[in-house]
Amino acid sequence: MEFFHNVNIDFLGKKWYFLAFSLIFSVAGVLSILFWHHIPWGVDFRGGTLVYVRFSHTPDLGQIRSLLDRAGLHDPKIQPYDQAYLNEVLIDLDIRETSEKDLSLGRTKIINALETNAPAGKEDLNNASSLRIKNHLMDRDPMHLGTDADAKYTAQAQAIVDFRDKVHGGVLNSLDQLKGGSGIDPAAAASIPDGFFLSDFGVRNVEIVGPQVGGQLRTQAGLATLYSLLGMLVYLGFRFEWIYGVAAVVTVFHDTLITVGAFSLTNTDISLTVIAAILTLIGYSNNDTIVVFDRIRENIKLMRREKLSEIVNRSINQTLSRTILTAGLTFLTVLALFLFGGEVLRGFSLALVIGILIGTYSSIAIAAPILVAYQDWRIEKGKRPVGMPVAKGK
Amino acid sequence: MNKNLLWKLLFIIGTMLFFLFGIFGIPKSFSGGGLLTALTDHIHLGLDLKGGTHLILQVQVNDAVNVDAQNAIEVLKEQFRSHKIDYTDISQPDPQNNPDHLVLKGVPAAARSDLRNIVQERLPEYDVTAGANDSWNLAMKQSNLNELKSRAVTQAIETIRNRVDALGVSEPTIQEHGLGQYQILVQLPGVDDMTRVQEIMQNTAMLEIKQVISGPYSSQAAALQANNGIIPADQLLLPGNTLGGRTEGEQWFLVSRVSAISGKDLRHADPSSDQNGQPDVNFQLTRDGGQRFFNFTSAHVKDSLGVVLDGKVREVATIDEPIRDQVQIRGHMDAQAAKDLAMILNSGALPASIHYLEERTVGPSLGADSIRSGVRAAVIGMLAVLIFMLIYYRGAGINADVALIMNLIILLGFLGWSTIAGVNVALTLPGIAGVILTVGMGVDSNVLIFERIREELKNGKTPPSAVDQGFSHAWITIVDTHVTTIVSAAILFIFGTGPVKGFATTLTFGLLANLFTAVFVSRVIFDWVLTRKQRGEALSI
Repeated sequence: MEFFHNVNIDFLGKKWYFLAFSLIFSVAGVLSILFWHHIPWGVDFRGGTLVYVRFSHTPDLGQIRSLLDRAGLHDPKIQPYDQAYLNEVLIDLDIRETSEKDLSLGRTKIINALETNAPAGKEDLNNASSLRIKNHLMDRDPMHLGTDADAKYTAQAQAIVDFRDKVHGGVLNSLDQLKGGSGIDPAAAASIPDGFFLSDFGVRNVEIVGPQVGGQLRTQAGLATLYSLLGMLVYLGFRFEWIYGVAAVVTVFHDTLITVGAFSLTNTDISLTVIAAILTLIGYSNNDTIVVFDRIRENIKLMRREKLSEIVNRSINQTLSRTILTAGLTFLTVLALFLFGGEVLRGFSLALVIGILIGTYSSIAIAAPILVAYQDWRIEKGKRPVGMPVAKGK
Repeated sequence: MNKNLLWKLLFIIGTMLFFLFGIFGIPKSFSGGGLLTALTDHIHLGLDLKGGTHLILQVQVNDAVNVDAQNAIEVLKEQFRSHKIDYTDISQPDPQNNPDHLVLKGVPAAARSDLRNIVQERLPEYDVTAGANDSWNLAMKQSNLNELKSRAVTQAIETIRNRVDALGVSEPTIQEHGLGQYQILVQLPGVDDMTRVQEIMQNTAMLEIKQVISGPYSSQAAALQANNGIIPADQLLLPGNTLGGRTEGEQWFLVSRVSAISGKDLRHADPSSDQNGQPDVNFQLTRDGGQRFFNFTSAHVKDSLGVVLDGKVREVATIDEPIRDQVQIRGHMDAQAAKDLAMILNSGALPASIHYLEERTVGPSLGADSIRSGVRAAVIGMLAVLIFMLIYYRGAGINADVALIMNLIILLGFLGWSTIAGVNVALTLPGIAGVILTVGMGVDSNVLIFERIREELKNGKTPPSAVDQGFSHAWITIVDTHVTTIVSAAILFIFGTGPVKGFATTLTFGLLANLFTAVFVSRVIFDWVLTRKQRGEALSI
């Protein structure tokens, strides 16, 4: 089976279309970064409080908002999270609600505000830790255990928590459900209503980042990206000619800009893992560029009489089959990640989906034309093109 | 089959067995369940998959400096009194940012050399310089200051570790956090009760050893009465809370305000027993702590010492003889009390308070969901690639598929071996993404090689020479692409934290494994196929 058979497309002849295409996307991204959504830093970088809450019924966002308002939380962002049938809501408090003196204040306020049906003196089983449950069991001693009550009630409490989290996804609807749980003693289950009630939600995940760490991470992420680019420039300068390094870095910069721009345009949070994805795509895009460059270097030795643009075109066409196949296959795996990897990896896989498309495009449409443009410019100025034998007969 | 090829094949099989052992060890049973248990024993999951708590703490190192400076002030006052030197004021102009800067005012010019001697002898870690209008500036020497601060961090780490160990959390991570200054990273797998975690951490217990002037008294009033209703300015009245339930009702002690030594002077405490088998506690002091303790104990033989934790007198002992840096606390305690006292001495020494910078809890239900979707995505992506390679490259597709599967075995085996070696590289959710990306990149090497072989075949080369040329040409490109990607992964590893580090690790090792499988293993398979073919027979690619 073969998709590409002796293709011969004049890629360099289309460089103005490529330039226009890249410009449109880069400029749109830059405009969005500057004037619209800016860079939508995730909580890792901007600091703040994220609380992921799962409800036992379809959540009413308006009601949640009014409950939180009443609790005195300043304009929290409340949005549905993940698939609708999971009934999950993401509550995003900005940095003003996050103080390094008491980091978990925002989370406590949210839980208290949402526990609307709390009877006095009872704890919420959906948000209770196994320790609380164990303490309750130890107080009541429903199983009449004399010795090693501690160990047995610890196990019971753990079984109840596991049943809630692993079997029911973190939220129980009714305390009666406990009776059927594996490993839960009926007597223990029967004593739970004495000390606990059920709210209609459970907190699944909390991320709280103070302002100091956010700033630190932003600097580090910037440095990591910069060093990554520098490392590439040095390696390619050493392996090829320096202009190859410059072309590769400009290409990668173009990819990064468009990807970050896309995040800004779609207002998707850039988290720490998205930065990891961007660094990966720097590596990936660079891969693609190197494959083409390697072939150009090889062909320059073989085709001494041809013009550089001719050689470059030929090299791109020769590697086209590989480029498209690899991009396609990598895209396939990343698409699997995007579609099936779950909400937590959404931003990460989005960056890769965009990055692979752009990275493949740019090695053909940006890196190669830069190389040719530079060499043409040198020839025009009457100098010998870098890394090429003297062009004879021209 | 020729001998060379046979050796290579054996080498590959050996490598695979090595990494399979890393993944599974010797499983108790070869049923699905047995293998799964073996797998989860060997491959550790990161916090984001297992659920748990992740914290970044800032150690307020200036607290520790402040304690030292306060002590220095007390020492100066005491010395001035005993040397009969006049002064008007000792102050700390900037206790927030430079707590070690002290200003002495109104010291007469005649006392200049006395002052220098006092500082040199009693406060050797401070520099003294003359300021305007008979004032003097004291500041801690930079090297001592840095040492004090970094010791505050190490001690905070020790303390937190002891407290966490007492909780019985399995495999906690407690280490200095490289990104900021004086920060600590704490990861507690399986603990998602934030309130409880804070109860453990926020207890900024403060350990001091003070001279017990008198006591115990049965109540505060009794203590006051015994001292004519006045507590002298250099003394404190503290409640007792001795170990091992030996308290007979309330106890109060009158102790010196100045501490002989504090938690920061303590190196390590161990419960042990003396020559008569009587339980006791031994502890070691730092060099300068020992010097100060020696001065103190020399002057106070037969006086009483109190171990004061968080403002409570936990143990009282008599000074038998001058003690330098090896301290032994003896008498009236049982083995449990000795153990508890040693633990308090070790863990009580939190010389600086802690601020929370970052806090994440992952509920176990979310972790389980993440594993499910991550693994599902990996399996689907992998299957799609495997099937495509078979269809597109036919015979050679088998090479690619074998190489990819081996790549995965090596990668997981590496994670397994890291557990065996005790390094514990955990698999995180971004780590799973790293595995998926490795699959994509791994397939790239195969495609590069195969496309090149096809090209060479098209140019009329014989299968053996096309394979040879294909590999040698693609090799250069493969090295270039791998090196650049590993460079970005290495940078991620250096700058990243937790999950991102997991991603960088799996990506790096995946790529290294890929060099072995896509190039070496695939080549051996090609060579083996070629030896079985007749001359001129076509290659399935």
